Amino acid sequence: MLKISGINASYGKIQVLKNVSLEVEEGSIVTILGANGAGKTTTMKSISGLLKPNSGKIEFLGEDVTGLRPDQLLRKGVALVPEGRQILAGMTVLENLEMGAYHRKDHDIASDLNKMMERFPILKEREKQLGGTLSGGQQQMLAIARAIMSKPKLLLLDEPSMGLAPLVVADIFKIIKEINESGTTVLLVEQNARQALKVSHSGYVLETGKIVAEGKSDELLNDSRIIEAYLGRKSS
Amino acid sequence: MLIEQLINGLTLGSIYAIVALGFTLVFGVLGIINMAHGEIFMFGAFIGVMITSTLNAPLWVAFAGAIIITAIMGYMLERFALRPLRHKQGVSHLAPLISTIGVSILLENLSHHLFGAGNHPFRASFAEISFQIGSITVYLVQIVIFVISIVLMITLSFWLGKTKAGKALRATAENLETASLLGVDTKRTITMTVIIASAMGGIAGILVGMAFNSVTPQMGLSMGLKGLAIIILGGMGSVRGAMAGGLILGLAETFIVVYGDSGYRDAIAFLAIIIILLIRPQGLFGQKIST
Ligand SMILES: Nc1ncnc2c1ncn2[C@@H]1O[C@H](COP(=O)(O)OP(=O)(O)O)[C@@H](O)[C@H]1O
Ligand SMILES: [Mg+2]
Repeated sequence: MLKISGINASYGKIQVLKNVSLEVEEGSIVTILGANGAGKTTTMKSISGLLKPNSGKIEFLGEDVTGLRPDQLLRKGVALVPEGRQILAGMTVLENLEMGAYHRKDHDIASDLNKMMERFPILKEREKQLGGTLSGGQQQMLAIARAIMSKPKLLLLDEPSMGLAPLVVADIFKIIKEINESGTTVLLVEQNARQALKVSHSGYVLETGKIVAEGKSDELLNDSRIIEAYLGRKSS
Repeated sequence: MLIEQLINGLTLGSIYAIVALGFTLVFGVLGIINMAHGEIFMFGAFIGVMITSTLNAPLWVAFAGAIIITAIMGYMLERFALRPLRHKQGVSHLAPLISTIGVSILLENLSHHLFGAGNHPFRASFAEISFQIGSITVYLVQIVIFVISIVLMITLSFWLGKTKAGKALRATAENLETASLLGVDTKRTITMTVIIASAMGGIAGILVGMAFNSVTPQMGLSMGLKGLAIIILGGMGSVRGAMAGGLILGLAETFIVVYGDSGYRDAIAFLAIIIILLIRPQGLFGQKIST
């Protein structure tokens, strides 16, 4: 579904991504692991159109989409839940969700909004509150719900569990699984490596802008190098 | 007497509010003060003078003409003075501000050429019509100005609060990247915002021309500085702040002229800023475009 071939990306003169290639198969959950500063967010920015790669190619559903703007990619079915959630703090919860459906022209928006409120009762409860007044976990739910309102084919999630309490993290991973089971392909960036690999089908490891390992999730979970660097002992 | 002054103050304040809204909208989406806004406002006033006095056309034609021309000026400003500087590596973040200062100088000089340096009267056909309610005299011009301003403010608030395009503008003002991730064509939204803000400036130009029966090439600068003062007072990028700040300044100026010394009239705006900022540095209404 998504195929990235040899992209290089940089901020000004500082090159961050070096010849990154990866593939996401339709219907799967794929995880990108990597330490802080490895280039995970930069990868997500490149895929979603926030950052134009200097070279390389990004294909989505067989079509070359390299260099398209985020709003153009959203129309093709690529939605990003950015790092730090990026809730519209000055707009209400309902308005945030409506903005998720901004590009849609069909007539199911109202019923989809209702379904979303049923799925996330806390959002219904806080419907009229400003997005900025929600807790971190609630904001993450809102960010994910907002992205789903756009009916994406591919959902990109950049560290959705960052800064959340363990119980909430478990909830988020459950939601990710559900989203995938309902037919949406997911590309996930996580530092919570063990939990991420458990829900995903395959994974990539990024180190200082390069892919250094890739494979099926269960292989990565048992790879001694990965265990050492990203999974630690039996901690999580 | 008091009520008459109150009416004068509200009339003036409602015009100030419209001017300040133009500043606040552009500041909201672009994060810069549009220093050319005052001159676009002045052009609106001159177009009004041309249409009503030179062409002898009715007032609504003047409004339509001013709206169209200032909207086009807004488009040109964004297209040729602002957009080329955006997202360019190595361009200082002050560049767009300086660029609008350049445009303002250009427009002021252009207006000297086109309209001459002098003072042009603005005769509304109903300028002399007034009503007597008890001891109070209210001019029809004042009512027209106040009603147009209020309708404009209500329409803008409704548009920002309830329509899809208005929400997209607010999202863009809050976070450009997030808005674009949600499917908003932010380039188009920015262009539309500068156009709307400029057209509002054009409308305000005619209102000021009617209120003071005078239009000059310098009026852009002084109104621009007041608009700036108001959005600092109300909170940069705040729509409610611009409205409230405009009314406060209009009332304050009117009362200082009546009960104080008219020489201080233009100092009021800046005195008010200093006082407010000492007490509330974020302005009366905090930040960002909200309704
Ligand atoms: N806007 C930016 N400007 C300059 N350098 C950046 C910017 N964003 C990230 N970087 C640098 O790029 C590298 C990769 O960052 P990032 O992709 O955010 O990593 P990760 O998401 O894996 O933590 C880091 O060294 C970071 O300092
Ligand atoms: Mg990151």
